[in-house]
Amino acid sequence: MDTENMQKAMPTLSFEERIEKDEKIEARDWMPEEYRRTLIRQISQHAHSEIVGMLPEGNWVTRAPSLKRKAILLAKIQDEAGHGLYLYAACETLGVSRDDLLRELHSGKAKYSSIFNYPALTWADMGAIGWLVDGAAIMNQIPLCRTSYGPYVRAMVRICKEESFHQRQGYEIMLTLSRGTEVQRNMAQDALNRWWWPSLMMFGPGDSDSVHSLQNLRWKIKRFSNDELRQRFVDMTVPQADLLGLKIPDPRLCWNPERNHYDFGPIDWDEFWNVVKGNGPCNRERLSDRVAAYENGAWVRDAAIAHAQKQRSKQVPAAS
Amino acid sequence: MKDWPLYEVFIRSRSGLNHKHVGSLHAADPQMAIEHARDVYTRRMEGVSIWVVESSRLHASDPMENDAFFEPSQDKIYRHPTFYDLPDEVKHM
Ligand SMILES: [Fe+2]
Ligand SMILES: [Fe+2]
Repeated sequence: MDTENMQKAMPTLSFEERIEKDEKIEARDWMPEEYRRTLIRQISQHAHSEIVGMLPEGNWVTRAPSLKRKAILLAKIQDEAGHGLYLYAACETLGVSRDDLLRELHSGKAKYSSIFNYPALTWADMGAIGWLVDGAAIMNQIPLCRTSYGPYVRAMVRICKEESFHQRQGYEIMLTLSRGTEVQRNMAQDALNRWWWPSLMMFGPGDSDSVHSLQNLRWKIKRFSNDELRQRFVDMTVPQADLLGLKIPDPRLCWNPERNHYDFGPIDWDEFWNVVKGNGPCNRERLSDRVAAYENGAWVRDAAIAHAQKQRSKQVPAAS
Repeated sequence: MKDWPLYEVFIRSRSGLNHKHVGSLHAADPQMAIEHARDVYTRRMEGVSIWVVESSRLHASDPMENDAFFEPSQDKIYRHPTFYDLPDEVKHM
C-alpha cells in the first residue's frame, strides 16, 4: 500500500494562509478580533443602509404615477428590507445581537450610506435612485460576493441577484421621462443633477484618505479600492446618460483616450463629511422616521410573543 | 427582537432536491418563522418547501477540532477509485 500518500494529512493553515489561499472564513472559525470588528462595522453599516434606504422610496409609494409603477416600487422596497435582513443575520453570526445593532442605528451612533440623507423630491428621483444609487450599490457589492467571510458572501450573492431589477426599473423610469414632454425631460435632468455627485460619493473617500482600506484589502473584506470602483461606475454610467439624452452635471467630464477612462471633476468632500456628520438635508428626518417605525411596531412584536406563549401553553397537556 | 428566537432556514428549491441552508431570521414562533422565510427567501419562486429549526437546537462539530475530527477520512485514500492502478485495456470501470 502507498503508505507515503496515506500519511499526507492536511496541515493546519493559519488564518492569514487561509485568506491567502482564498479559503472562506466561517462563523465559528478562529479569526483575529480586528477582523471580526471590521466585519461587524462594515456589514452592519451595509444593513442599516438597506433599511434606511427604504425611506426615501417609501415616500413615493402612494404617489406613483400608475398601479404598475406602484407595484414595482413596492417590490423593490420589499427587496431592500430583505437585503437588510440577510445582512443583519450575517452580522449576528459574528456574535452581536440584532437588538444591539438596532440600538446603535437608532441612537445615531451607527453610520449608514450618506446618500439616503438626500430628499426624493419628484417622481424622477425614483428613476435616478434606481439607476444611479442602486447602480453604484451594485458596483460596490459585486466584488463583495468574493469577500473572505462566508456568511457575508452568501448574503451578497443573494443581494446581487436581486439588485439588477432595481437598477433596470430605475433606468426605465428615466427612459420614459426623457422621451416624454419637456416638463418630464426637465424633471429627469433635474433628478440627475441632484443625484449624480452624491452617487459618486457613495464609493467613499478617495484612496489616499481612506482609513481602513489597506488592511481590508489584505483581509479580502474589500476587493477593490474606492477610487477604482468609482472610476468603473463613471465609465459605465456616462454612455447610459448619453442614451437618455441627459447631461451629467460635470463640466470637466470627458473621455481620456490615454487612460482609457473618463476624467471627471473634483468631488466636494466637505459636503460629504458634512452629511456624514449628520448635517445633510434629511439626516434628522430619516433617523426619527426609522425610530418611529420601530417604536410604533413594538405592540406587534409584543403581541406576537404573547400569541406564541399562548400557543405553547396550549400544547402542554393539562395535568389531571 | 429580544424574545424572538433565531431560526435557521432550509429551502427545497424543487422536488427531487434536498433542503439547503439559506440563512436565518428571528420569529416569535415556528409558524411565523416559516411565513417570514417565505417572504424573504422565496420571493422569486426559489422554493417549494421550507424547513425552519430554532438555531439553539442545532448541534455542530467544532471547527477548532477539524484536524483530529476529520482525520479518519484523510488516511483512507483507498476509498477513492483513483487509488487503484488498472491496465488501460480494462474498460467501463
Ligand atoms: Fe439593496
Ligand atoms: Fe436595491
